[in-house]
Amino acid sequence: MKRFSDLYWKLDGTTSTNQKIEALKEYFVSAPPEDAACGLRVLCGAKQLRAVSTRLLRQWAAEFAELPLWLVEESYAHVGDLAETLALILPDQPTDDVSNQNHSTEPLPLSRCFEETIRGLKGKPDSHKRQVVEETWKRLTPRERIVWHKLLTGGCRVGVSRTLVARALAEMSDLEPAVLAERMMAATIETAEDFQSLISPHPTSADSLRPYPFFLASPISNEPQELGSVMDWQAEWKWDGMRAQVVRRSAGISIWSRGEERMNDAFPEIVEAAEHLPDGTVLDGELLAAHPNNLLPFSMLSRRASRKRAGKKIRTDIPAVFVAYDLLETQGKDIRSEPLSLRRRKLLTLVPSTFQGKPASSGGPATLHHTPATSSDIRMFHSPLVDGASWDELALSRQQARQRGVEGLMLKRITSSYAHGRPRGDWWKWKVEPLEIDAVLHYAQAGHGRRAGLHTDYTLGVWDGEQLVTIAKAYSGLSDKELIEIDKIIRSTTIERHGPVRVVRPTLVFQLAFENVSRSTRHKSGIAVRFPRIARWRRDKLPHEAATLSDLKVLLAQATGQQ
Amino acid sequence: MPDLLEITPKGLFCAAGNFYIDPWRPVSHAVITHAHADHARPGSDRYLCAAPGMHVLRTRMGSQALIDTLKYNEHLSINGVDVSLHPAGHLLGSSQVRVSHRGTTWVVTGDYKLQNDSTCDCFESVPCDVFVTESTFGLPVYRWPAPETVAHEINTWWKANADSGRTSVLLAYALGKAQRLASLLDPSIGPIYGHGAVMKLVEAYRASGVRLPPINRIPPHSRKIGGGRGIVIAPPSAAATTWINRFGETSIAMVSGWMLLRGVRRRRGIPKGFILSDHVDYPDLMQAVQSSGAQRVLVTHGFTDIVARLLTEQGLNAEVLATRFVGETNPDDGVTDEDASDLQAINREPTDTDNKDAEDAQ
Repeated sequence: MKRFSDLYWKLDGTTSTNQKIEALKEYFVSAPPEDAACGLRVLCGAKQLRAVSTRLLRQWAAEFAELPLWLVEESYAHVGDLAETLALILPDQPTDDVSNQNHSTEPLPLSRCFEETIRGLKGKPDSHKRQVVEETWKRLTPRERIVWHKLLTGGCRVGVSRTLVARALAEMSDLEPAVLAERMMAATIETAEDFQSLISPHPTSADSLRPYPFFLASPISNEPQELGSVMDWQAEWKWDGMRAQVVRRSAGISIWSRGEERMNDAFPEIVEAAEHLPDGTVLDGELLAAHPNNLLPFSMLSRRASRKRAGKKIRTDIPAVFVAYDLLETQGKDIRSEPLSLRRRKLLTLVPSTFQGKPASSGGPATLHHTPATSSDIRMFHSPLVDGASWDELALSRQQARQRGVEGLMLKRITSSYAHGRPRGDWWKWKVEPLEIDAVLHYAQAGHGRRAGLHTDYTLGVWDGEQLVTIAKAYSGLSDKELIEIDKIIRSTTIERHGPVRVVRPTLVFQLAFENVSRSTRHKSGIAVRFPRIARWRRDKLPHEAATLSDLKVLLAQATGQQ
Repeated sequence: MPDLLEITPKGLFCAAGNFYIDPWRPVSHAVITHAHADHARPGSDRYLCAAPGMHVLRTRMGSQALIDTLKYNEHLSINGVDVSLHPAGHLLGSSQVRVSHRGTTWVVTGDYKLQNDSTCDCFESVPCDVFVTESTFGLPVYRWPAPETVAHEINTWWKANADSGRTSVLLAYALGKAQRLASLLDPSIGPIYGHGAVMKLVEAYRASGVRLPPINRIPPHSRKIGGGRGIVIAPPSAAATTWINRFGETSIAMVSGWMLLRGVRRRRGIPKGFILSDHVDYPDLMQAVQSSGAQRVLVTHGFTDIVARLLTEQGLNAEVLATRFVGETNPDDGVTDEDASDLQAINREPTDTDNKDAEDAQ
């Protein structure tokens, strides 16, 4: 535990890429392979088990430290990190330095710690869990406790990207970073052997269903004219769904999310559709929720994807489709280095149906009801190109994006190969300008992490008569200086406190930007906004000058193309 | 019967003795617990402070101010009210003010700590009926490491920087913390330098007879002072200015009790922090309350409502006393007015991870 905790704090303490890589290499070289495997899983953000609920952990820590629970809660509200709060209040801390300088062995190695104090707790009664937790507290230093608490509650995130981890492993094993990135994507790293084969110089068996690392687009920062001739580019709609790769090989079919989770059980109809693809095919594209001729909003897809296993009812209510926009492998051959134009031609022969989505001028009956089942059998489409003989023409198409339920346009250089990661230059996302309204701060809560102790989590509302109805939570978009100033205003205008949440007198007005609006039964306002963030603080506006619910309803009507 | 001390628009007032303690507006008679700017403000007719704090207060109030002094534990009758000053351990000349009248005794701590500090007298517990305490760090997460341990960490860090030719910079309040830090440094590692704001107070400390290692003024136009082996003590506000760039390659560390929290360190954008405070931590606060023997406790600046609630649950008569010594619980409101200048040190934009999902869709 000490070695991994040291790594955690080294990574936390630096912003230098080189220092991070050095720390990672040092860790992977010195850790026994079973620990390295375990550490790698955590670093890659693998789904973690929540062995103990945070509610119980707080209670136990409070009793162990002989403090009232409310005081622990107040401390947490101040610190903004539960793992850290609990580590700091627990008594009888062994010291962090000098103890156990011996590098080859440590009393509680990560893998054993994981087995005994985290996985071993699964299904055990709370009394047993508590005993293990208290014993572990006694064995760990405060810094180790923080990391262990995060592991225990399934929330250990480390500030390194997978690309960085792959680079460190590549440097220590003399392999190409891309090879490691691919292996890391496909293999589940559980045991010492798994780790050793990951860094082995020989090709491994784990390669059979692996996807390719995703090519990520960058937001376009200048006018598209600066990209040169429009003839060198292809434009597609930027679908508002979930990025995925469909892998069809002799070993089977796999649908991979960008988070590198297999989603076969969540999207069985896509798996079925993929059976018609020839062996040795890998598609890159987007999972979308759609009735034929009617694209459903992202919130529906999100609801669908939240089910680990999609049952019959939800499959009927929220049908899924896969819209492919790239072909990475065909006939078992990696074609990523071929130009996009060629890859697309091959894609169209494999996936001939074109996805129409929703026409810009919808509003007819098709948006409201299912169409007959005949055309709904098709689950797999390719993404059509958006025509435009000039950048201006494309700009016009982009303006229809919101009505079409897409996020804007994608611009891809037709000669580009399918790269790894997010290199700039060949793939751009050209999103539609966000919608904006002025909203009033209604509730505030202290932030976490770097913003701990400051009230930076805002719930904003618009006017419905004399009442504020909340429409969005927003966390980002203001400078640190503004956050500090606003924090003071929040403290001085608090009317009520409910635990960490403060209800404030309406005084602060913010310009709220968001990508789209849709109807929602979850929110009291009946409206959900997508990707809300704060565009700026409107010091010049009085609260009553902010938007009303009917303003939002107008936006909703425009977005859905209805009167 | 009215309270012996009460909050008025000008500050904490003793009506029976017609004097104020640490008033925030000019008054005729001000008893000063210590010379930090939020406790000692200019403009009053007469000041009273503990004798060891005379030079420091003079530096702050200017040569024109009328300053009377009282030795620690010496009694003075002000309009029939018994007043005495007792070491608070916060910085040189810092006092707890004991006020006794008609059989009732109040103690106002000002700011205080129980830890050792060779640059000032140690806190002495004074029995009283009503104890007015600060609560800057009044949460159980705040427990200070031993100052010797921190001193060792700082010297080790300094030595490592010196060995690689990087000048070390410690950010700490110019009054109190800076001098305490100097006393903890090991001068065999390299030369010690002080920012101008620090040096003025170093001189006041020396004039008061406090022993400090040699501290140099920073020569003009210097780079790599002390050949890269040097250490500079500067106020946190200096971190945001170009002043800091003159030293070439540096390692910068902030020295503050708030450095205990990872979130605060990250928000300040300073990777290195040393945990050293001139305020009581939570266990020491509890201990100070207990040893005062007071049945009534008034809690000022810091986690006031939380500490008051806790003490109430422990059977004491505890309330919040709203003073203007500092803001509320915001760490960035810090400890003193000096500390407020840290706010300017923060000019990093927040990293936007919140919209990350938006980036992921394609």
